[in-house]
Amino acid sequence: MIPEPFEYEVAESADHALELLGRFGTDAKLLAGGHSLLPLMKLRLALPPALVDIGRLSDLSYIRDNGDAIAVGALTCHEDLQFSDVLKQHCPIVSHAAGEIGDPQVRHRGTIGGAVSHGDPAADLASVLLTLDAEFVIHSTSGDRVVPAADFFKDLFEVDISTQEMLTEIRIPKLQGAGWSYQKFHARAQDWAVVGVAAVVNRSNGSIDAAVGLTTMGDTPLRARAVEEALSSGADVATASQEADRDTNPPDDHMGSAGYRRELSKVLTRRALEESLSR
Amino acid sequence: MARTEQAQRYVGGGVLRKEDPELLTGQGKYTDDIVVPGMVWAIVVRSPFAHARINSVDTSRAGGMPGVIAVYSGADLASEWAGPLPMAWPVTEDINNPPHWPVAKDKARFAGDAVAVVVAESRAQAKDAAASVEVDYEALDPVVGVEAALRDGAPLVHDEFGTNKCYTWPLADGEVDDVFAKAPVVVKERYVHPRLIPNAIEPRAIVVQPVPSQGEFTMWSATQVPHIAKVTLSITLGIPESKFRVIAPEVGGGFGSKLQVYAEEAICLAVARRLGRPVKWVEERSENYLATHHGRGMIQDMEVAATEEGKLLGVRAKMLVDMGGYLQLVTPGIPLLGAFLYAGPYSAECYSVEFTGVFTNRTPTDAYRGAGRPEATYAVERIMDALARRVGKDPAEVRRMNFLPPFSEPTPTPSGLSFDSGNYEATLDKALELVGYDELRKEQAARRESKDVKQLGVGLSTYIEMCGLAPSQVLASLRYVAGGWDSATIRCHPTGKVTVLSGATPHGQGHETSWSQIVADALGIPFDDIEILHGDTAVVPLGMDTYGSRSVSVGGVAIHHAAERVKEKARKIAAHELEVAEDDLEFADGKFQVKGAPDKAKSIPEVAFSAWTAHNLPEGLEPGLEETYVFDPPNFTYPSGAHICAVEIDTDTGKTEVVRYIAVDDCGTIINPMIVEGQIRGGVAQGIAEALFEEAVYDDNGTLLTSSMATYAIPSAAELPRFTLAGNVTPSSTNPLGVKGVGEAGTIAAPPAVVNAVIDALSHFGVTEIDMPATPERVWNAIQNAKGGSK
Ligand SMILES: Cc1cc2nc3c(=O)[nH]c(=O)nc-3n(C[C@H](O)[C@H](O)[C@H](O)COP(=O)(O)OP(=O)(O)OC[C@H]3O[C@@H](n4cnc5c(N)ncnc54)[C@H](O)[C@@H]3O)c2cc1C
Repeated sequence: MIPEPFEYEVAESADHALELLGRFGTDAKLLAGGHSLLPLMKLRLALPPALVDIGRLSDLSYIRDNGDAIAVGALTCHEDLQFSDVLKQHCPIVSHAAGEIGDPQVRHRGTIGGAVSHGDPAADLASVLLTLDAEFVIHSTSGDRVVPAADFFKDLFEVDISTQEMLTEIRIPKLQGAGWSYQKFHARAQDWAVVGVAAVVNRSNGSIDAAVGLTTMGDTPLRARAVEEALSSGADVATASQEADRDTNPPDDHMGSAGYRRELSKVLTRRALEESLSR
Repeated sequence: MARTEQAQRYVGGGVLRKEDPELLTGQGKYTDDIVVPGMVWAIVVRSPFAHARINSVDTSRAGGMPGVIAVYSGADLASEWAGPLPMAWPVTEDINNPPHWPVAKDKARFAGDAVAVVVAESRAQAKDAAASVEVDYEALDPVVGVEAALRDGAPLVHDEFGTNKCYTWPLADGEVDDVFAKAPVVVKERYVHPRLIPNAIEPRAIVVQPVPSQGEFTMWSATQVPHIAKVTLSITLGIPESKFRVIAPEVGGGFGSKLQVYAEEAICLAVARRLGRPVKWVEERSENYLATHHGRGMIQDMEVAATEEGKLLGVRAKMLVDMGGYLQLVTPGIPLLGAFLYAGPYSAECYSVEFTGVFTNRTPTDAYRGAGRPEATYAVERIMDALARRVGKDPAEVRRMNFLPPFSEPTPTPSGLSFDSGNYEATLDKALELVGYDELRKEQAARRESKDVKQLGVGLSTYIEMCGLAPSQVLASLRYVAGGWDSATIRCHPTGKVTVLSGATPHGQGHETSWSQIVADALGIPFDDIEILHGDTAVVPLGMDTYGSRSVSVGGVAIHHAAERVKEKARKIAAHELEVAEDDLEFADGKFQVKGAPDKAKSIPEVAFSAWTAHNLPEGLEPGLEETYVFDPPNFTYPSGAHICAVEIDTDTGKTEVVRYIAVDDCGTIINPMIVEGQIRGGVAQGIAEALFEEAVYDDNGTLLTSSMATYAIPSAAELPRFTLAGNVTPSSTNPLGVKGVGEAGTIAAPPAVVNAVIDALSHFGVTEIDMPATPERVWNAIQNAKGGSK
């Protein structure tokens, strides 16, 4: 409950945060909502010598309509995503998934930037953003670079952000009327997903054009490419869903055996596709 | 119609809780709120190994860290102990009872066992230094399960016994084996009770303040049992009881986990004595999961013999009980609290149960809400359903044909105890009607027919339990070392106000409200003029504290008797002042009135004033109006009820949703319906938790995997249905208030209702067994296995 001693500075701007990171060195951490980082520190599983608090950068908390995409500031909290009219209109799957995260307290503190930067394969928004082919804007002293979701999630707790960079914005393509669904399976309402399945579906003359993403089915959020391919080659939903666990590596622990998670991924994929098609 | 002696103005009414304004506005004072000048902080260093030899403890590096005042190993503190930590229930003559030292010296016996103590100026400094205490552990093979622990060659938790068996306690009545050999139907099943973590919302906390010059100690502790702690810790520490005061301030829940005398209490006393400074220790949540005792942890081989029609002939059960690494205060005795209930509310010709306690390298077990009775009830109610399936009858029908008939006087039962009162069939009928049983069965049939993904199941639990702990002589026969009485003192102040000292020690139950209701009616004193004091051994010297749903039926009854004594003395004074004979007075509307002339009257406050001035008392009567009564109950009380649960199971994922829950309870006379309802709701939630969600899961190394609230799945309101509650009161014949107790009923009743419903939902697939907690994965596996193990 009591973390190791650490230094702490409040960043006044994104650039100030980068300056502080430069000063503290490579082991320092950005602190956003703190809802992934602080529990680890309290259990002394994470021991950063310094924290740079970006939680007060309100100019990085926004949801904007940029034409083809919605731009979301990295410090936007889950609660804001859940109730955003812009998102509900253009990317309702993001609002819905944000509303499935933890409990109201968590949703008021946790940020979309923290959720994806942490690199947790159980993060609901991570698999949803991967399914939507979102883009991540990474800021550093040498400027901004834009990373597509497909390249962003590297490994367990590892994303394409260096220790001297910071995620500032996420660009989410509008659904443009596509059907969608996020199926989160958990024992309790406030739990992390045992397995989650995101789907975005368009019908294009006869076959189904779908993007399917998986939560907690490997070391990173995953795309169920085999399902997507089966559907585009004309397989029906039930048959295609059987491919959901292809090339996955789900965890095997007391929250769910790997075998059970594999079966769940198939059931949830079927349900996600069915619901998407009905929308 | 004759006038009642007592106007029932408060008892039975939904009076708002007196405790709440203070608690809800953050003014309640918990142990962690207590700050004493000069106070230092203790942090306990715990073994990460389930089983390890402690070769050495090097405290030198930690001792040099900022703010550190002292670092002690088990050896360093050994001279502080006049005896080991208390174990008050040696259930058999030949029990293996290992010494349990507050800080381990030679071996760590569970992950979380205390191995050293760091004392520093601040909590954070102590915590930082704790990481620098260097313990040289030699890891030993652990024993994690009870069956593994009994195998030949298993590693020994306590080497000196040459076995991991702690005791075997048998109880037999009638020609059991003979009845079973001849019975037309014998059903045998194996049930497993997961280990549960009690999870009081307030973790434990302790402050010890010494007065070195006097050799005196005051201990504040988040405990259910200040009185028991005072007696036992004075023995462990060698502190004269007369110089030791224990205070349980506001206590944020216990569920039995604070019915304990803990190592940390002894440690804080020892450190305060060594340093001559006040010491504080506050448990962390993750520490609570390791070092506060767990509950349940039992394997049951349950058998019933019956006729072809399903009439019970006998019960035979053998249990293996997980003690954990040490015997805590009443660890071995917990299963005995259920030992007499393995025939439930049913009649049978013969009865035999046997419990074997087993040491394992896990956190010690002890009382957890229900303590022994949820285990018994689960076995009985599960096997009644199995019997119903076997004889091809509806589970309600099989129960109905086996119930003891209605009774209102003590009635002998198969296990040898006499139940106090009950009308089990009427209770069941009420529950069946409330749940819409026939409709549910129709709906179930329809869903089976249509092969609905969501299958419906209905589960019954017609439980009986036993509380009002306890007749002291019965406790003696069970080898418990203390008594089962409780005390009450009623002090009538000259200004008309009343102070009640109660030996019961609430930790959330609302005693102050219920006790005030009893006193208000008994003495005709306004509810708000009554103050209840408890939980401080200097204020209430005599007490046996709160656990086992005992408070109202022992401590509450003591208050009733003390009030009768007050009235007895008051009547003498009133008669004297009114110049009539005592017999000419009746107590009505809160006053002694002259029969036939009700305007000639004296209220209790008036009498109290006269008793205080002592100007005009009857010859020989002492001044003052204060009476004490210590009540030792003549029998237990036996709350009962019928709970019915309906579940929907998603057969694709295995997830169970409780869609309907009906509880019809007979807890005897109800003092405060709102408080009773709260107890039942909370209890049922905790029972559903055991049935579907909670389990302390260990890996093969004896490491607790469910080590936080993120992974130990306590359900929230979102996982629970709206409960429908009703009552069917039969006043207890054990005490004059007719009360039975209600603190644990829900937790006792719910698990079999839920699991029976789960199995019922899947029985057409051939599912007959699912262990608790019936998690989605377990249910899913059961469906797959029943369908022939596809995939
Ligand atoms: C009880 C509880 C339940 C939860 N349940 C769920 C759930 O069901 N589903 C779910 O998806 N999540 C869940 N979460 C996690 C929650 O969504 C977190 O808020 C989120 O994962 C992290 O966001 P944060 O803002 O709190 O990040 P922090 O904890 O502050 O940071 C997390 C990591 O990201 C880094 N970081 C943060 N912001 C940036 C940035 N802008 N640029 C670069 N690096 C950055 C930090 O340095 C740190 O390493 C739960 C958390 C809790 C406490």
